[in-house]
Amino acid sequence: MAQNSLKHSLKDSLKTPLYDLHVELGGKMVPFAGYAMPVQYAAGIVREHQHTRDAIGIFDVSHMGQMLVSGEGVAEALEALLPIDVAGLGINQQCYSVLTTESGGILDDLIVTRWSENEFFLVVNAATSAGDLKHLQNHLRGCDIRVLGQRALLAVQGPKAGELIGELAPETRALTFMHGVHTKLFDHDCYITRSGYTGEDGFEISVADTAVEAVTRELLKDPRTAMIGLGARDTLRLEAGLCLYGNDMDRTTSPIEAGLQWSIARSRRAGGDKAGGFLGAETVFAQMEEGVSRKRVGFTVAGKVPVRAGADVIDEAGNIVGKVTSGGFGPTLGASIGMAYLDRGYEKVGTDLYALVRGKQIAITVAKTPFVPQRYYRG
Amino acid sequence: MSNVKYTKSHEWFRAEGDLVTVGITDFAQSQLGDVVFVELPEAERALEADEEAAVIESVKAAGDISLPFAATVVEVNTAVEEAPELVNEDPEGEGWFFRVRLEDPSALDALMSAEEYAEQAEG
Repeated sequence: MAQNSLKHSLKDSLKTPLYDLHVELGGKMVPFAGYAMPVQYAAGIVREHQHTRDAIGIFDVSHMGQMLVSGEGVAEALEALLPIDVAGLGINQQCYSVLTTESGGILDDLIVTRWSENEFFLVVNAATSAGDLKHLQNHLRGCDIRVLGQRALLAVQGPKAGELIGELAPETRALTFMHGVHTKLFDHDCYITRSGYTGEDGFEISVADTAVEAVTRELLKDPRTAMIGLGARDTLRLEAGLCLYGNDMDRTTSPIEAGLQWSIARSRRAGGDKAGGFLGAETVFAQMEEGVSRKRVGFTVAGKVPVRAGADVIDEAGNIVGKVTSGGFGPTLGASIGMAYLDRGYEKVGTDLYALVRGKQIAITVAKTPFVPQRYYRG
Repeated sequence: MSNVKYTKSHEWFRAEGDLVTVGITDFAQSQLGDVVFVELPEAERALEADEEAAVIESVKAAGDISLPFAATVVEVNTAVEEAPELVNEDPEGEGWFFRVRLEDPSALDALMSAEEYAEQAEG
């Protein structure tokens, strides 16, 4: 049996502070974004995925970049880079945003949380974090930008996460989706937000790298919890219709093409109080006005064959009309799903097309996302 | 007594009379993880040596099966197409893929024994 997976070097990879625990728990370590990360544990991706949908999954996301940007006028300065209402964020409120390029592409996607009037906490993707830092340093003159290299990040996700974290840190009970609080967990200082990337209710916990193993071991004592690897993280986010940077968007795709126009604040759009003023705004506005030549969509697959990233999409006549950017088996659905960029005119929900898999035409249908309903806690 | 032989690429071949059953080893299924899709060759198909004969897709990866010799497909296990998880649950039993007739039955002799396979899989 020949396996078509790429072999990168594990030994050159960085380790998160939970590396030893992953190995101890039987994590199958693979190189990911420069880090050795567990793709799965003994239970396997399907069980880990379903455990997160049914109970509580704990994910090590310490590879992600954590930064603190502060200084007088930092909110306004950030608005030159992010098409969101940064100044309008309340203390401890957070917002998803893209970091745009001058040509209207996406440098990264991130979560911005206001810690205080002039202090913003950013969580960025691992692979892009060095580039993001340079970008912020170039554009945010006079602001203090600190990489929080000594902090780890845990995601605690699933329908029972609210109960568990509420028992351990009662201040979190009042948190609704996209809000955070400075608190203690097992006597360790941490910052807990009600957020995540699985489509489920849940939390992200930023904690000192020296404390994260103790916190994780304590959390794992609860029978509702289990460690979940990157494999299930990917299937969970795919079912939830969430984009993966580097797959479903990058510097060459705009937020409009990527279907992320919802992330652009009303006040920052053409005609808004604070319209434009972010990098690439002209391009983004023109696309919102005139439409785009291609668009990211979700699709379902007839049959179970996984349709993976890179597959061409063709129409009835055999013309190539798009490309798959994420795809595979969705364990909760028990079906194969994916995301693709399709040429204008093919993006309507219900459009029947084909994906080319090993030279065979596999019938796919453009579908609404999320594939599995998001269950965020909105109070 | 059945005669099971193995390849370096983690296929097993069980000779029963003049037919040979093909599957992947327990080690292979553990490496692949949850199998979600299996595509088998059609019965009667004449397979050349090293030709892609079957496709196995797990949640995280795709793999394929080829035979190190020419053979003709006699029967396929439609049960694994219906329930691909059989490959994980019972890779060397219910999770077999297909049966072939070899052009040259002695071709099996060149493959590894269970002991030889176990040694190289560990190493």
